[in-house]
Amino acid sequence: MDLVNLAIKNIFVENILLSFFLGMCSFLACSKKVETATGLGMAVIFVQSITVPANWAIQHFFLKPGALAWTGIAGMESLDLSFLTFICFISTIAFMVQIVEMTLDKYFPKLYTSLGIFLPLIAVNCAILGGSLLMNERGYDLTHASVFGVSSGAGWALAIIALSAVRKKLRYSHMPEGLKGLGMTMIMTGLMALGFMSFAGINL
Amino acid sequence: MAGKLKKIVTDPLSDNNPITIQVLGICSALAVTTKVDTAIVMSISLTAVVSFAALIVSLMRNMIPGKIRIIVQLAVVSSLVIFADQLLKAYVFDISRQLSVFVGLIITNCIVLGRLEAFALGNKPGPAFLDGLGNGLGYSAVLIAVASMREILGFGTWHGIQLMPAGYQGNGLMLLAPGAFFCLGLLIWAQRQIIKKFETA
Repeated sequence: MDLVNLAIKNIFVENILLSFFLGMCSFLACSKKVETATGLGMAVIFVQSITVPANWAIQHFFLKPGALAWTGIAGMESLDLSFLTFICFISTIAFMVQIVEMTLDKYFPKLYTSLGIFLPLIAVNCAILGGSLLMNERGYDLTHASVFGVSSGAGWALAIIALSAVRKKLRYSHMPEGLKGLGMTMIMTGLMALGFMSFAGINL
Repeated sequence: MAGKLKKIVTDPLSDNNPITIQVLGICSALAVTTKVDTAIVMSISLTAVVSFAALIVSLMRNMIPGKIRIIVQLAVVSSLVIFADQLLKAYVFDISRQLSVFVGLIITNCIVLGRLEAFALGNKPGPAFLDGLGNGLGYSAVLIAVASMREILGFGTWHGIQLMPAGYQGNGLMLLAPGAFFCLGLLIWAQRQIIKKFETA
């Protein structure tokens, strides 16, 4: 039950995009068409659910203060490598994205062609690195980290697909010249965030 | 030559602003702007990281193989960010706490990678550094404008100084996520109306 609550909380109440503003750049750039938005959304869920547990493992077995005690080498248990967190996380993400891309290309060519162009973009999507850093800051254990990964990815996908549908309609509406494009999109996102805030009333 | 260099710095301040025109680096612009203090610290960190990253990448531009350039850039940027993060933790620990993950997210801030890809890889170190500096300052300008709006309306203060009359009831919406979106949206509208730069879509 605890895990279901965590998932609901991360998809709706604390949506990674609408309340933490993570992944805004690709959110704004790729939300012009519903198909593109769906493809990118799926790719984010996929990569997020792999990288968050992977980074959890790295944090837990290598970087945490005293994490290297399992090696049994004297002096290792007092080592604190947590200042390397950023560089390790971003390299894991870049590495994972590359592996996922190659695996998909080899074994699931159909999925690869549909996600293809989005995968490299994801390495620099702040939702992915942000997800890992938030996981680290909140101190989840492995199961919670995995659920957090999947659900935050799903929340991001939900938000981008919803916005792309709204933008499709916006294209045909008349509005002040200066508000067209980015300005209006920002305000729409604000209204969506306001809507999502109503989920905060859910008692989990 | 001097005019050209000056243009590299001043262009991103308004006409080619990284946030409002190039649509880069929006995440942190929204997240750290509830107070002017955090916005200023974030601006300084980002400006420093982007200028020095541009300088370093530009110095190495002839040595970086095209295929792995993204990884090389990420390595340069994340080393600088680790440096900035440790400095912030050492000297302004409270603000570093409030910025939480967003200092780390400078690594994936699109302004940094965008400028490295678009400018530093093809230009000499001097102009590259100035381009980074200009874009950092453009980012800072937007950040501080949004933060001022949100802090004045939300708390009635600016940089901790009481501006509104004593009985002012803070507007809670401004401090929440939607407030950030509205402020930035309106700012973009105002700016584009003034410089007459419109999108077609």
